[in-house]
Amino acid sequence: MSVKTPSRLEKVLDSGQLAVTSECGPPRGSDPEAITRKAEMIKEHVDAINITDNQTSVTRLSSLASCIHLKLMGLEPILQMVVRDRNRIALQSDILGAASFDIHNILCLSGDHQTFGDSPQGQNVFDLDSMQLIQTVRLMRDEGKFLGGDPIKRPPAMFVGAAANPFADPFEIRVPRLAKKIAAGVEFIQTQCIYNLDKFELWMKQARDRGLHEKVYILAGVTPFKSAGMAKYMKNRVPGMDVPDEVVKRMAGVPKEKQAQEGINICVETIQRLKELEGVSGFHIMAIEWEEKVPEIVERSGLYPRPKDL
Amino acid sequence: MIVANKKPIEEIIEMVKGYRKILIAGCNECVTVCEAGGKKEVGVLASSMRMFFMNEGLKTEIDEITLERQCDHEYLEELRNSIDQYEAVVSLACGVGVQFMAEKYFATHVYPGVNTCFMGVTEERGVWSERCQGCGKCILDRTAGICPISRCAKRLLNGPCGGSTKGKCEISKDLDCAWQLIIDRLKELGRLDEYEEIAPIKDWSTERAGGPRKVVREDVRQ
Repeated sequence: MSVKTPSRLEKVLDSGQLAVTSECGPPRGSDPEAITRKAEMIKEHVDAINITDNQTSVTRLSSLASCIHLKLMGLEPILQMVVRDRNRIALQSDILGAASFDIHNILCLSGDHQTFGDSPQGQNVFDLDSMQLIQTVRLMRDEGKFLGGDPIKRPPAMFVGAAANPFADPFEIRVPRLAKKIAAGVEFIQTQCIYNLDKFELWMKQARDRGLHEKVYILAGVTPFKSAGMAKYMKNRVPGMDVPDEVVKRMAGVPKEKQAQEGINICVETIQRLKELEGVSGFHIMAIEWEEKVPEIVERSGLYPRPKDL
Repeated sequence: MIVANKKPIEEIIEMVKGYRKILIAGCNECVTVCEAGGKKEVGVLASSMRMFFMNEGLKTEIDEITLERQCDHEYLEELRNSIDQYEAVVSLACGVGVQFMAEKYFATHVYPGVNTCFMGVTEERGVWSERCQGCGKCILDRTAGICPISRCAKRLLNGPCGGSTKGKCEISKDLDCAWQLIIDRLKELGRLDEYEEIAPIKDWSTERAGGPRKVVREDVRQ
C-alpha cells in the first residue's frame, strides 16, 4: 500500500507503526468548547480523532462542523458520515465541504436506525448504503467525478474508512463482508468494541486466510467500561455487541469504587494482547464521555509517544 | 395484496357524525382477505355506528354495500345511480379505492375507514407482513427472492448491518433480519459466493422518489 492522500493517519499506518485513533461525540448544543475541550484532553495521545455523526440517532451538533473545529485547532479529524440522514446530493456536498477545509479522513457508515434516537417518527434516507458510500468517495477522489459523471474541480483527498463488526450475525458473513468493503475501496477499518477476544482472533484469522489484512488497515476498537452496570447494559441492550459473561463477572467482582479502574485495566489488557495479533494495524479507543482516560490507556498500553514528523 | 388495518371506530365517527345519511362501502378484494374492509367489516362498522347515532338521539340512516373492487371504473360505476342520495361515504377500501371513489364522485364527501399499510402476505390468520415497496425495479433475482428494500429497516442493498443479532433486526426482536434470511437462502441454494458481488447504487427514480408513477401499456391499451 502506498500513500494516496495527505492524511496523517494514512502516513502513520503506512510507516508500519500501530496507529491510535479515538473519538469525540459532539454536544447536544452549539457550544464549540464541548468539542475542543474533549480534543484538548486526547490530542497528544492519538493520531486522529473521529467525530461521530448523530450517533444512536440522537440529534447533535453536526459532525462536519465539529471536524472543522478540530481542524482549526491543527488536529486531524476523521469525519464520520452516515447514510441514514442524507441522500446522494447531501453526501457528496458534505464531502466537498469537508474537503474544502482539508479534512482528509472519512468513515463511511450506515448509521443506527432512527428508532433508537430522539426522532423515532422521522424519515430515514438510505439512498446509498455504507458500501456504496465508500465507492462514492473513491470515485470522487480517484476519478475526480460526481456520481452523476460530471467532473469535480479540486476533488476531495480523503483516506477512506469504514466500520466492521466481527460480532454481529451471521458470523460466517463477517469476513466476506469485510472483503466486500475492500472491493468497494475501503482503506482502513475501525472495528466494533472488542470484548470477546477469542472471537475477534478467529475473525482476524479468517481475514488473514484470505489475505485481507494486507489490503486494508484494521484498527481494533476498544471501549473501557466505567462500571459493571455499563458492561451489563452493553451486553444486553446494544445490538451487535458481544460481551462475554466472564468480563461482566470480572467487572461486578470488584467494589463499585474500583470498577472504573478495572474497566481501564481490561481495556489495556485487550490492547496489549491484540498488539501482538497479525493483522491489527492500530487501535480505535472509544472512551464514551470519558475522554480524559484516553491518555492513561494509551500510555499504559505502550502506545505513547505518538509518531511525529511524518 | 394490499394490507390495511381498521381505523378506530371513534375516529370514523368523528369524521362523519355531522351527516344524516351515510353509505359504508367495502371492497371484496385485498381488504376482505386481510379482514379490514370486506362485507363482514362493513356490517360490524354499520352496526356500531347505528348504535352510536341512536344513543346520541341523532336519526341517521346508514346503508351498506360491498363492491367487487373499488380500484376499477367498472365496479365503482355501480354506485352511479344511488350515490347522490348519500351525504357521505365511508370507504373501507385501501387508499387507492378511497381516492378512486373521490375522483369519480367529485361532489360526494368520501372518508377513509381503514389505514392502508403495505403490500404483504398473510403469515397466519391475523398476522400480515410486508414484502414489497413497489420500487419499480425488482432486484429479487440478486437477493435470493427476499427483498431487502421492504424487509431491511435500512433497506441496505449490501447488508447485513452491524446490528443483526441472532437472526433479528436491531430495531425489534420480533423482526427477522432480512439479510440473515437472504444469506440463509443463498446458502441453501449453493450461491453464497454471490453475496460478495457489490450491489450497485440503486436508481430510485422508479420508486416514490421519482414522483407519482404511471404504467402505460400500448400493447393492451384500447
